[in-house]
Amino acid sequence: MIRVQTDDFDPGNELEQLRSRSAGQAGAIVSFTGLVRDLNAGESVSQMTLEHYPGMTEKALAKIEQAASEQWDLTATLIIHRVGLLAPNDHIVFVAAASPHRKQAFRACEYMIDYLKTQAPFWKKETLQDGTRWVEPDVSV
Amino acid sequence: MIQLRYFASLRESLGIGEEQIELPDGIHDLGALTHWLQNRDTNWESALADRRLHVAVNQEIVNADARIMDGDEVAWFPPVTGG
Repeated sequence: MIRVQTDDFDPGNELEQLRSRSAGQAGAIVSFTGLVRDLNAGESVSQMTLEHYPGMTEKALAKIEQAASEQWDLTATLIIHRVGLLAPNDHIVFVAAASPHRKQAFRACEYMIDYLKTQAPFWKKETLQDGTRWVEPDVSV
Repeated sequence: MIQLRYFASLRESLGIGEEQIELPDGIHDLGALTHWLQNRDTNWESALADRRLHVAVNQEIVNADARIMDGDEVAWFPPVTGG
């Protein structure tokens, strides 16, 4: 399941829903929650704006889920990504994989967030004390 | 008609997020279309010359030799930074 939304989400609630969807077949759920940091590249960040490409974003996220499901034994997956204006400490992204086995859940979760960071059409713009800047892609991933 | 879209820093550099144009005569692939847009003025020429830009046709990432046909949606954007 994928969701692109401006609203916040509750990671605990999302995990419970994932557990329900797995209906006794999952032995493990691994999740990743991404947050807005108040510091990036040495400068303090007061706000972050997430831009995306409506339509293509949903297709890209669905493809990521599909690719994970083909590689690992998963009972349920979830990708949520927020767009719009965010503040430090806000949730940005939530990725979770439920599987009968923990190693599969760990690997699938890491795969999905890594793939998302390089393939899904989102762009971050930071508001600093003296202006704004577009975030540069993280080449260390 | 074709739908053209520009995102993030490129959108700001060009001062436009999307537009519809008639597919120009003789333009059949992405490389030619990009070159045609670059001929608009020096701002377009330099903004679209960035080799890091990605292009999607009908919301799928493509290479410069991708074919462009009437009705297509073509989008240019910088490397993604979500997550």
